Amino acid sequence: MTAPGPAPDAAAIPLIEARGVTRILSGAVETTLVSDVSLSIGAGEFVAVTGPSGSGKSSLLYLLGLLDLPTAGEVLIRGRPTHAMDEAERAATRLATLGFVFQFHFLLPEFSALGNVMIPMRKLGRLDARAMRERAALLLEQLGLGGHLDKLPEQLSGGQRQRVAMARALANDPPVILADEPTGSLDTRSSAQVRDILARLVAEQGRTVVAVTHDLTFAEAMRRRIHLVDGRIVSDEFSPAAAGPQAGLNQVAQTQAATS
Amino acid sequence: MIRLLFDIAYTHIAGRLRQTVVSIVGVMLGVGFSIAMAALMQGSQDDFVTQLIDALPHVSVSDETRQPPRQPALDRFDAVEMFGLKPDDDRRGIRNPTEVLALLKALVPGRIAPALTGQAVARYGGGDVGLAVAGIEPAAEKRVSRIAKDMREGSLDTLAADPNGIVIGDGVARKLGAGLGDQITVSTSRGILKRLKIVGLFHTGVTTQDDGTGYVGLKAAQILFERPNAINQIKIRLDEVGQARAVAARIEREIGYKSLSWEEANQSLLEAFKIRNIIMFTVVGAILLVAGFGIYNIVSTIVHEKARDIAILKSLGFAEADMRHIFLIEGLMIGVLGSAAGWALGFGLTELLGSIRFELKGGLTEVTHLPVARDPLHYLIAAVFALGSAGVAGFLPARKAAKVKPVDIIRGAT
Repeated sequence: MTAPGPAPDAAAIPLIEARGVTRILSGAVETTLVSDVSLSIGAGEFVAVTGPSGSGKSSLLYLLGLLDLPTAGEVLIRGRPTHAMDEAERAATRLATLGFVFQFHFLLPEFSALGNVMIPMRKLGRLDARAMRERAALLLEQLGLGGHLDKLPEQLSGGQRQRVAMARALANDPPVILADEPTGSLDTRSSAQVRDILARLVAEQGRTVVAVTHDLTFAEAMRRRIHLVDGRIVSDEFSPAAAGPQAGLNQVAQTQAATS
Repeated sequence: MIRLLFDIAYTHIAGRLRQTVVSIVGVMLGVGFSIAMAALMQGSQDDFVTQLIDALPHVSVSDETRQPPRQPALDRFDAVEMFGLKPDDDRRGIRNPTEVLALLKALVPGRIAPALTGQAVARYGGGDVGLAVAGIEPAAEKRVSRIAKDMREGSLDTLAADPNGIVIGDGVARKLGAGLGDQITVSTSRGILKRLKIVGLFHTGVTTQDDGTGYVGLKAAQILFERPNAINQIKIRLDEVGQARAVAARIEREIGYKSLSWEEANQSLLEAFKIRNIIMFTVVGAILLVAGFGIYNIVSTIVHEKARDIAILKSLGFAEADMRHIFLIEGLMIGVLGSAAGWALGFGLTELLGSIRFELKGGLTEVTHLPVARDPLHYLIAAVFALGSAGVAGFLPARKAAKVKPVDIIRGAT
């Protein structure tokens, strides 16, 4: 099992790096989803990716998460270029290094909460059956689902399902969590829980969280905010704890106003 | 890891229970019926061959040679071309019959019977019937052919004692209008006439024999055909029928006369069986191909239905190969379950067919069963066909599943 948090040399090599990444969707009409984006994200960062609808936020996240391949430029994970990797290697990198949380929970309906969390562990095969079960139960307990281990997704509420999905993303102890509108389909209370969990992953466990969000309260809680418009980064700013949360919110609001 | 792929595959097909069961039943019917059909066809073939072997001599030596004798001209000139040359018809028959018979007795593991055959016409009252007359030694003949068992009236043994006796097929008797004890006239092409008394009637069930064959004593035949001491046929019944081909070849090498094994004599029939088997396997293959379509249908439906799960599994870190394996496993699971059920069905059907009793009327009433052959090979072949077809049926949608782009699905779902 890898130790949680950054590797010792994490300061020198960014966890995720994008160099001139462009993604053009071919078709009858070519659509540019992401255009010449360069950024680097280090260990322990809490990054919000914001922007209007269709600005390429999710597309960028998929590119950083190796779910999609850039048309030009390259994505490096822990300093390793990924464009030369074959499909199986990229899958293996996702399995061990990246955890995904989507707006929709995407739990397998036939597996219990515990079973769903165990799927990535069983795929990785590093732990024996008992250790996997224990770890999955622990993760679910930490996310407040201790009493729902054997329930099927259909027996859980929306917020609970999303928390199971988060536990699943954490199953193989990845240093990076990529979240695509994780609160997008949740009620206020559940959203708050999810936000809280993501914040704790950074603050307490030193993980890197990159979250695409429309939720301004959520974005405002994050230390770094990347704002996209038409597939390009228009602002990438850090809001140190000293800066008031309101400032960040204003910044986002202003940018949104400017682009709409 | 493999367990995980199996678990996921299982949830998929279990989630579509009714369709899965229909597909399994499809494979089951295919496998079951092809096993039963193979058992029946193989059984009837074996039965037929057994009867054939039982009725005919295993090896039959005649006085013919395959090649015409070497002509002096060939030795005399360097280049010779000959037309219309064929082995001559030697009235002396098999030369040195006593020596040849002694040699064969030493050489062949089995029983031997000499015969002299020829064509004649039987006459009784106003009727004429063409007759193939065979002069035999009844005691020896009984040990190489079934003729003694096929006697309906009288006895074959009488021929040994009565030089003027003849045993004819019941068809010949009917055509002539003669019966047991009647005197018939037999004449040959060389103008020899002989009055013979019917001392026996046989019925083999083979029309050409029943309607055109007569048996006389060997001596009587030699007189009738004016071929003293000659024989032109030696029938051999082997202890081990499988050796027929080898023994025939060996005899031909030793004595030079044409020596036919039962396989060679019935080559066209055995080839017809081969073609029948090819047809059978084609039909079996077609049945299982149809079953394969059922499997393709369900796996492809599952791939379509589970696109979202495929997307998420890939985003979690499953590779394309894993996706392929999951759906291939689904096809094969249905194939394996269907084959297992099909084996049971095939076994049941085979036993059922084998137990059906029916009555055949052939002179005497005999009760018989459908001949079925129980051969593990049939089960193996059916299962291999079924799994092959299931594998292909699973593989095609599996390849499609592997190509699912998670981004497309996730984008569409949110």
